[in-house]
Amino acid sequence: MEHYLDILIRSIFIENMALAFFLGMCTFLAVSKKVDTAIGLGVAVIVVQTITVPANNLIYRYFLKEGGLSWLGLGDVDLTFIGLICYIGVIAAMVQILEMVLDRYVPALYTALGIFLPLITVNCAILGVSLFMLNKQGFGFLESLIFGFGSGIGWLVAIVLMAGIREQIKEDKIPAGLRGSGITLIVTGIIALAFIAFSGMIK
Amino acid sequence: MAKPKDVLLDPIFNRNPIGLQILGICSALAVTSKMSTVVAMCLAVIFVITGSNVAVSLIRRQIPANIRIIVEITIIATLVIIVDQFLQAFAFSISKQLSIFVGLIITNCIVLGRAEAFAMKNPPGLSFLDGIGNGLGYSLVLLLVGFCRELFGSGKLLGYTILPTTNEGGWYLPNGLMLLPPSAFFIIGLLIWALRTWKTDQIEEEN
Repeated sequence: MEHYLDILIRSIFIENMALAFFLGMCTFLAVSKKVDTAIGLGVAVIVVQTITVPANNLIYRYFLKEGGLSWLGLGDVDLTFIGLICYIGVIAAMVQILEMVLDRYVPALYTALGIFLPLITVNCAILGVSLFMLNKQGFGFLESLIFGFGSGIGWLVAIVLMAGIREQIKEDKIPAGLRGSGITLIVTGIIALAFIAFSGMIK
Repeated sequence: MAKPKDVLLDPIFNRNPIGLQILGICSALAVTSKMSTVVAMCLAVIFVITGSNVAVSLIRRQIPANIRIIVEITIIATLVIIVDQFLQAFAFSISKQLSIFVGLIITNCIVLGRAEAFAMKNPPGLSFLDGIGNGLGYSLVLLLVGFCRELFGSGKLLGYTILPTTNEGGWYLPNGLMLLPPSAFFIIGLLIWALRTWKTDQIEEEN
């Protein structure tokens, strides 16, 4: 149990996708103007992460990894080189399926997420978490599920924090050249510095 | 029709993909603490962006509009796999340091953005120049950030000592912040400020 809790806390605070690895920065900077939309996008990221990371874990272990196809009697096939194209394909397909399912069964959430869902396909945080998960040796299905979920939460925390701050500084006098993206980057830097303080939490 | 020279040179200062549109910084910031990884990353991105622009432009009339994103991503992913395999074969230590960030070129917004916004509408020659131009604009920012971070963070450039640090008997006390991820945000923020003070038309409207 402690092992899983460890993965969860680590992925939310210490290895925060947005603030420690700069993943998903384009959307992070573009969609953090209002707290409401930030929450919507954050929830979408959590949902997609929780589905795609374990899915990619299974794809890797049962199709791509050397010896992974042994259940088909093809023990010596190593397909890791086409990994990238498979992972992005899985992500695109999952986002598409999720979109259709939400549209059919939870239309309220579907309208709320709006254009964010398709945008998520090209959000580097999603592909990044899948790749990080494969880099960590020995992650099984459950570990990858928790890792994906935790990373999504971490990203939501980061973007909601950012949106809250941006709503506040909108009224401030900012030097003309820094207005907009310049000041946003510097604020992100300060939040990221604060998050470094979490790094001692787990050895 | 845009002039070839403008297509090539505009993205470097006037419409810099990082400075003006804030695209593609996702996979970039984390590799900038050392110049050697920056150079590898820049070359990889220039290759992918140029290749994908030309490829998408060549088949732009054949791609059905509603599946174009998937086609573009497949082309980009193929090019990234080539780069990844090449780095693993010929520059293994750099490939290890870049780790997942080579793969993340697939979701680099600049690459998809140029394929979608430029290559789908323009002939291969112009798309080629546009790819090179945007790749150079991106590289310029990355090189500047990498230069500041490596020089002030460890007193070295490309591994050669420029400022002798105190723990090696020199006089320079390295700034540890520069090696930490947040410093990249500060440097890019300040670079954007500098760029917009020079090119005042890029300043954002007050909202």
